[in-house]
Amino acid sequence: MSTTHTTAAEPSYLVDTGVRKGVMAWLTTTDHKRIALMYLYAMVVFFFVGVAIGVIMRLVQLTTFQHIITAQTYNAMFTLHGVIMIFLFVIPGLPAVFGNFFLPILIGAKDVSFPRLNLASWYFFMAGAILAVLSLFTGGGAPDTGWTFYAPYSLRTGTNVSLAVFAAFVLGFSSMLTGINFITTIHRLRAPGMKWFRMPLMCWALYSTSWIQILATPIVAITLVLVILERFFGIGIFDPAKGGDPVLYQHLFWIYSHPAVYIMILPAMGVISEIIPTFTKRTIFGYKAIAFSSMSIAGVGSLVWAHHMFTSGMSGFALMLFSLLTMIVAVPSAIKVFNWVSTLYKGSIDFQPPLLFALTFIFLFCIGGLTGVMNGALALNVHIHDTYFIVGHFHYVMFGGTGMALFAALLYWFPKMFGKMYSKKAIYVSWFPMFVGFNMLYFGMLILGMMGMPRRYYVHLPQYHTLHVVATVGSWLLVLGLLIFFGALIVATFKGPKAEANPWGGVTLEWTVPSPPPLENFDVIPTITHDPYHFPQQEVES
Amino acid sequence: MSGHVHRDDLGSRLGMWLFLVTEMVLFGGLFIGYSYMRHRYPAEFHHGGGELNATLGIINTIVLLTSSLTVVLAIVAVQRAEKKRAMAFLWTTLGLGCTFLVIKGFEWSAKFHHGLYPNAPHLATLPPGEQVFFGLYFTMTGLHGLHVIVGLSVLAVLLYWVATDRIRQDRYIHLENGGLYWHLVDVIWIFLLPLFYLAA
Amino acid sequence: MSDHSGHTAEHPVAHPGYGTFIGIWLLLLLLTAGLVSLSHLGQTAAVWGLLILTPLKAGLVFYYFMHLKYEGPLFKIVLLVTLGTLLIFFALLFSDVAFR
Repeated sequence: MSTTHTTAAEPSYLVDTGVRKGVMAWLTTTDHKRIALMYLYAMVVFFFVGVAIGVIMRLVQLTTFQHIITAQTYNAMFTLHGVIMIFLFVIPGLPAVFGNFFLPILIGAKDVSFPRLNLASWYFFMAGAILAVLSLFTGGGAPDTGWTFYAPYSLRTGTNVSLAVFAAFVLGFSSMLTGINFITTIHRLRAPGMKWFRMPLMCWALYSTSWIQILATPIVAITLVLVILERFFGIGIFDPAKGGDPVLYQHLFWIYSHPAVYIMILPAMGVISEIIPTFTKRTIFGYKAIAFSSMSIAGVGSLVWAHHMFTSGMSGFALMLFSLLTMIVAVPSAIKVFNWVSTLYKGSIDFQPPLLFALTFIFLFCIGGLTGVMNGALALNVHIHDTYFIVGHFHYVMFGGTGMALFAALLYWFPKMFGKMYSKKAIYVSWFPMFVGFNMLYFGMLILGMMGMPRRYYVHLPQYHTLHVVATVGSWLLVLGLLIFFGALIVATFKGPKAEANPWGGVTLEWTVPSPPPLENFDVIPTITHDPYHFPQQEVES
Repeated sequence: MSGHVHRDDLGSRLGMWLFLVTEMVLFGGLFIGYSYMRHRYPAEFHHGGGELNATLGIINTIVLLTSSLTVVLAIVAVQRAEKKRAMAFLWTTLGLGCTFLVIKGFEWSAKFHHGLYPNAPHLATLPPGEQVFFGLYFTMTGLHGLHVIVGLSVLAVLLYWVATDRIRQDRYIHLENGGLYWHLVDVIWIFLLPLFYLAA
Repeated sequence: MSDHSGHTAEHPVAHPGYGTFIGIWLLLLLLTAGLVSLSHLGQTAAVWGLLILTPLKAGLVFYYFMHLKYEGPLFKIVLLVTLGTLLIFFALLFSDVAFR
């Protein structure tokens, strides 16, 4: 465990060793690391498509009159932006890429429990993505319902909702299979001595995420099936004309889609819990508290869905109940933030790009989380419901939270995944416009929402104009930062200097194998004898 | 990918159970929707239930329970290396599964004949609660029927594997997992029977 | 947890025989008969039959046919967590529907 396994004879997983070569070797691989990279490449493409759509929507808001695109196209664009970013990037992002790559390595296993199922998940993911793209150009044109597909409009609109909904169904299937795979892997394939409370916290985060994927995704699957059946056969469950109830749709939709928010954020929290000990060179503060808070976020987070529906006409009792539960879910999230900050306190901080992005995560996530508590307050919610405040809030959580954590994870594990090191200077340069642009864009939205600007509107009134311009300029800065960031990483994959096995001085298992790791990760399955964040020098000091 | 053979039967069963969890939640969502609607339209659901043929529903319950028994007996037979008996049990299951589908087909066509299907002109004249009842009836029994078809296909493959000794005394995890799926299909029907045919 | 022993090693005890399962099947048929006769007694009896006998039947299938009885605690916990989750979803949904 303490020594690096020198395996000069073992080729890295990036080298084709099987019968098939080149692209076919990748498309038929059952290696968890290769599958993770295939997810990564696909998702970066989807992410930039989503970004491009977002930028165009911001351009529309630069003026108060119609230009560039029509109102109907605008409707299709915010639907598409949501579908792509949520179903193709933020939900699968961290588990499918970094979970796949690092979960087996972190627990000392050679692969996941069901490698072929893992590959099948990737194909389901790609099939869902292709169906989503097809839905734009076939049938009645791109869906214009918003990513939530709310009934009864989604039942009536002539646009191609059925195919888009089916795409989301297939993507959900991929997500469930990944969840099944991860839970089985964690239960069955931990290395000898890797007790539950010796697992790195990323594994706890992935474990709780997987449970949400299994317990909540089927609900949205059946809901989407009902929408399709409704559109084709008119079964009437959500259709008020036939005795159905659109509020039931909202309930069923959010029973999944709110826990999905925790599918997005829990692995992000796991990543931060990995990065902070490595760059403070000390064990994490409150290991068990963080592990249990992951599980309790997963638990309580499944019970708060109706706070999306405070203005839908629910019963007063349900309003109060869900408002209370929503406030409670802030507690485990805050526990994590306090633990991270406590870990930083008096640590020997080694300030590197991954830590910069991890700290950015904590800052932006706090804004996102606290505005979330505001949304949970009933009276305030009525005022800010369906305004830019909501849009700003969830971008702070999803982009500022999950997105920044994903970038942090990429920076942290990039040398391990590709065996190359990137230019740290370029990353610092990219951070500045990204951070400034981000806050101009989304804090602008928070204020706009408070002023009453409704979301999903094609044009805006003159009193909102100044802030819309600020937000649009912010979006340009943000994109500039993103381009430098990904540009630096892409250059590094080709021309970066060779990375060491352990460039950051980390102590979890992935740093004991070569960069990039060999096909089966470990020559000899390691035996674990101590806690995950055990820094020998820390022991000497104390 | 490599010559490394790793066998973890408990892990396979765990994976199967977790898959069954997703199936339970999938139908669970429908059951929740059913109770929501039933709470809103108690009288209409009662009347709608009266339109269904309880006798056929009960016969189908017995058929499916028996098919579940023969699957589990097939596992016992494989454990005892009684290959012929195992195959006979699986054939029986396949036969019973098909019987279930045939009876279901008769039931559905009778409903269609009476104009009780979604978007039917006759159904549109009924009160809204009954339209929802039949919408749910067709959705839930239809989705269950789909699962029966999938289960039968899986069992057919398993039968072939028993015949070709791919499933045998020391290696029958696939049969166990296929059986688990079939039993779950049975359990779902156990709930559908009273919800639609008896207690509505 | 992390020993990868084969299936045969996990069950040193003898597998249950044909008789056990046939007995359970007869019990299931009996319960079905009970359910049907209750439903003839009227709406209230039918609902009580649904609430008591149906989970009992499902439980028997889970416990014997699906071999839950012969598995370790993990699978039982998985099943209980699932049913518990569904029950909570149901209860929270009815916090809206029942008080509207």
